[in-house]
Amino acid sequence: MSASLATVAYIGAIILFILSLGGLSSPESSRRGNLYGMIGMTIAVLATVFGPRVTMAGIPWIISAMVVGGSVGLYAARKVQMTQMPELVALMHSLVGLAACLVGFANYIDPMAALNLTSAEKAIHEIEVYVGILIGAVTFSGSLIAFGKLSGKIGGKPLLLPGRHFLNLIGLLVVIAFGYQFLHAETISAGMIALAVMTVIALLFGIHMVMAIGGADMPVVVSMLNSYSGWAAAATGFMLNNDLLIVTGALVGSSGAILSYIMCRAMNRNFISVIAGGFGTGGGKPAKKADGDAQPAGEVTSISAVETAELLREAKNVIIVPGYGMAVAQAQHTVYEITQHLREKGINVRFGIHPVAGRMPGHMNVLLAEAKVPYDIVMEMDELNGDFPDTDVAIVIGANDIVNPAAQEDPTSPIAGMPVLEVWKAKTSIMMKRSMATGYAGVDNPLFYKDNNRMLFGDAKKMLEEVLVALKA
Amino acid sequence: MALMIGIPRETAAGEKRVATVPEVVEKLIKLGFKVSVESGAGDGANFSDETYRAAGAEIIDSAAVLWAASDIVFKVTVPTSAEVDLMREGGVLIGFVWPAQNPELMQQLAAKKATVLAIDALPRMLSRAQKMDALTSQAGVAGYRAVIEAANVFGRFFNGQITAAGKVPPAKVFIAGAGVAGLAAIGTAAGLGAIVRANDTRAEVADQVKSLGGEFVKVEYEEEGGGGGGYAKVMSEGFQQAQRDMYAKQAKEVDIIITTALIPGKPAPRLITAEMVQSMKPGSVIVDMAAERGGNCELTEPGQAVVKHGVTIVGYTDLNSRLAKQSSTLYASNLFRLTEELCKTKDGNIDVNMEDDAIRGLTVIKNGEVTWPAPAPKLPAAKPAAAKPVAAPAAHGHGTGGAPTSAGKTAAIFGVAALLFLLVGAYAPAAFLGHFTVFVLACFVGYMVVWNVTPALHTPLMSVTNAISSIIAIGALVQIAPPLELGLDRPDEWIRWLAVAGIALTAVNMFGGFAVTRRMLSMFRK
Repeated sequence: MSASLATVAYIGAIILFILSLGGLSSPESSRRGNLYGMIGMTIAVLATVFGPRVTMAGIPWIISAMVVGGSVGLYAARKVQMTQMPELVALMHSLVGLAACLVGFANYIDPMAALNLTSAEKAIHEIEVYVGILIGAVTFSGSLIAFGKLSGKIGGKPLLLPGRHFLNLIGLLVVIAFGYQFLHAETISAGMIALAVMTVIALLFGIHMVMAIGGADMPVVVSMLNSYSGWAAAATGFMLNNDLLIVTGALVGSSGAILSYIMCRAMNRNFISVIAGGFGTGGGKPAKKADGDAQPAGEVTSISAVETAELLREAKNVIIVPGYGMAVAQAQHTVYEITQHLREKGINVRFGIHPVAGRMPGHMNVLLAEAKVPYDIVMEMDELNGDFPDTDVAIVIGANDIVNPAAQEDPTSPIAGMPVLEVWKAKTSIMMKRSMATGYAGVDNPLFYKDNNRMLFGDAKKMLEEVLVALKA
Repeated sequence: MALMIGIPRETAAGEKRVATVPEVVEKLIKLGFKVSVESGAGDGANFSDETYRAAGAEIIDSAAVLWAASDIVFKVTVPTSAEVDLMREGGVLIGFVWPAQNPELMQQLAAKKATVLAIDALPRMLSRAQKMDALTSQAGVAGYRAVIEAANVFGRFFNGQITAAGKVPPAKVFIAGAGVAGLAAIGTAAGLGAIVRANDTRAEVADQVKSLGGEFVKVEYEEEGGGGGGYAKVMSEGFQQAQRDMYAKQAKEVDIIITTALIPGKPAPRLITAEMVQSMKPGSVIVDMAAERGGNCELTEPGQAVVKHGVTIVGYTDLNSRLAKQSSTLYASNLFRLTEELCKTKDGNIDVNMEDDAIRGLTVIKNGEVTWPAPAPKLPAAKPAAAKPVAAPAAHGHGTGGAPTSAGKTAAIFGVAALLFLLVGAYAPAAFLGHFTVFVLACFVGYMVVWNVTPALHTPLMSVTNAISSIIAIGALVQIAPPLELGLDRPDEWIRWLAVAGIALTAVNMFGGFAVTRRMLSMFRK
C-alpha cells in the first residue's frame, strides 16, 4: 500500500471517528456510532500494518501483541459489572497513558525519528517527545490512583499534603529545568537521564494530584483523565508526524475537557478548585461553622418499607432520584421491578438524574439501562425539576448532596449555588439512607427535617426489596 | 410539675362534640399531663365517663370544680361569658374563639390574665400547621354529613342502576364552593355514585375537584378569585352576574345542590335565589352549609329543614354534632398535635413560643395581653426567593459556574489565543504548522460534536473515546519493524519490545473499549 493510499485511509478513519462521537447524541443512533468507531479503528490499523512504514518482519510481533491485549480487553469487557464501569474506564485510561510513555521512549531512542531534521525541527520534535511522555506519565499514574479510589482499594478521603501547591510548583520547575537539559543533551544516553527524572516526577505528580481529590469529585477526575489520555495521543501524533493521531487525540481530549466542564458546572465548582483538591477550602465551611443557628433543626420522621409501598400505591406521579448509594447497594434491578410494578398500575414513574450522581458522568444512566429501565423515563435534572410540585412521591435512593435544599436556601453553605433536584417540593419525599450521616460535602441536609420528608433507614437494596414485597402483597 | 388539662362538657345548645376523646387522653398523659373530664362531657359523642376513666382521666362532677382545677382547658365551641367567669386566673384556653366576631369575650379573657390559643386563628398556609388544622378537619366532616343529609331527604338512589324493574338515572349533584367542606362533599357524593359538578371562584381548585371525581364548572368570566389564606374573596359585579347565570342553569339541571360558600368576616354570599329554587325539579334538595352565616340560599331557614316550591332546603347548623364521634375524634387529635408543639419537652409543661410561626398565629391572648391579629406568617414559598439575591454573589466566588462568560473575559481569552498563535507562527517551522492546523481544527470539531452528546450517554462516550484513544497503537505499529535505512545504528531490540508492549496495552483498550461500549449501548432501550 502506498503512502498516499494510507493517508486516504486515515482520513476515512478520522471521519468515522467523528461520526462515532456524533452518533452518541441519542441512544437510537449510538449503536451505529459505536460500529463506525470499530470500522474506523480497523481501517486505521490495517492501513498502518500494510502501509509503507511496517515491513513484513513486524507482522508476527503485531499479531501476537494484539491477540494478547485484545483477549484481555474482551474478557474484561464481558466480565465487568456495570457498577464497576468507572473503575474499568479509569484503568483503561492508565493503559493509554502508559502506551504513550512507551511509544515516546521508543521514539526517542530511535535514530530514524530525528533523521533529516533541521535544528529547529529537531528541537520541536524533542519538545514533542518530552511533552508526550510527560502527559502520558501523569495520565498513567493518575488513572491508576483513580482506579484504586473508585474500586475502594485506596480510601476516598482527599490526601492533603502540607504545602501541596508548593510541591507541585517545585515539580513543575524541575520538569522545566530538566527539559532544558534534555533539549541540549549531546547524546541519547545523556538525554535519557533528564527524560527519566522527568518521568518519575510526572508519575509522582499524577499520584499526588488524584490523591488530593475526594470521592464525590471523581466524575470530574475521571473525565479529566479521559481528556489527558486524548492529549497524550495528540502529543504522540505530533511526535510521529501523524495527523490521524493528532485528530483522534484532539477529539478525545476535547470530549474529556467538555465532560469535566459539565461536571464542574453541575457542582457549581471551579475546575481549578476541584483539581487543587479538598472540598470547602474556598472559605464556605468556616463561615458555616461560625453561623451556628443556621443549623437545620426539627424532627426527623422515619417511615417503614410497608408505609412506603402504601404511599407509592396511592401516588399518581412518582420521581425516583438515584445516587451513588444505589450503585453501591446494587439496587438498580429492584428499583426496576418496583418501577415496572407501578407502571403496570398506571402510575407515572420517572427518574431524575443529577449530572454528578455516581462516580462518573452518566453512571446512573448506565446502571438503569442495565436494569432495563426504558431510557425515555430517565430524565435529566433540568427536564423534570419543574415537575416536583405535581409529584406525589419523590424517592431518593442513596443520594444526599444533590438533593440538598441548602444549596438554594442557605447562601453560607459550602454547596450554595450548586444546582440540585428539588425533591422537597414533592408532596412527600422519601429519603433512603443508611444513617443520618452527611453526604460527601460534609454538609448537613435540611431536607431530613422537612415536614413532608420521610426517612427510610437501611440498606437500599434490602429496603427496596421489602417495598416491592409490600407492593405486591 | 405536670399541668392539668380540663375537658368541660360543651354547653351550647345542640352541641354534641367533646374536645378530647379517650384515645387521645392516653397520649396526653404520655406527654406528662394530667387530664380531668367533666362528667357526661363525652355522652353526646358516645364516649362514656367509664372509657375516659379507663384511659387515665379523672372524672369531675361539676363544671365549676373542673374549670377551677384546670391549668389548661380544651373547648370546642366559643366559651360563654359564664364559662369564662369560672376560669382560673392566668389559665390557658384552647379552642374555637373567633376573636374578630367576639370582642367582648376577648376583653373578658384578657381581664382574666388568660393565655388563649384560638384554633381558628391557625396560619393554615404553613404546611407544618396542617396537622393542627381543626377548621379543615371539622369542615371535612360537615361536607360528608351534608351529602348524607341530602341523601336522607332525596327520594332516589344516588347511583344510576339498571334493574329488572327499569332504569334508574344517577342523581346529579352540584356543589358550590370547593373548599375543604366542598371537596369532602364531592368525594362523598361521587363515592355514592352521583354525577358531581362543582364550582369555585378560585380556578386553581379545578384539579382538586377532578381528582375527587367531580366535574369543574367554570364561570364564563375572567377574574382571579383567590383571597389569600385559602379563602375566596368578594368578586366583581360582572363576575357575579356570570356566576348567577351559571347557577340558574345548574339549578334547572341538577337534583341536589350543596352550597359551602363562605367569605371570611362577611355574611355568606347569596348564590341561590328564590327563582332558582322555583326552577328546580320537585323533590330536589338543597343543603346550605353556610346557614349559620345567613345562608347561600335566599330561602334557607337556619337550623331547620323546610320544603319550599317542592324543594327541601336543609339549613342545619349542627352538621358536626350530627357526626359527633367522628368530629370529636378528629378535633381531639388536632388539639393533641398542638399540645405536642407546645410541649416539646414531653414533661407536662407548655411553652408558648412566640417565635414559632404556627404558635404565634394561634395565640390571640398571652398572659392577659391581646396579641391578635398576628403578623402575616413568613410563607415557606417566599424563602428561596429571598435567599436568591444573597446566593448569587456567593456563587460568583465559585468561578464561572455556568453563567455566560462576560464580554471582558471572552476578550481576554481571544487575546491570549491570538498571542499564542502569533508566537507559534513566528517561531515554529512550516512542517509543524501543518500539524498544528489539523490539531486546532480537530479540537473544534470535537467541541462541536461532543456538546451534542446526550448526558444519558456520557459513560458510553467515555468508554468509546477510551477505545478511540487506543489509536496510539499506530505509534507503536510504525516503530516495530520499519523499512530500515542502511548505515544507522538502531537499538532494534529495545524499540521492538517497547513497541510490542505498547501494542498489547492499547489492544486492551481497542477491543475492550469498543466491546464494553457495545454492551452498554445494547442495554439502552425504550
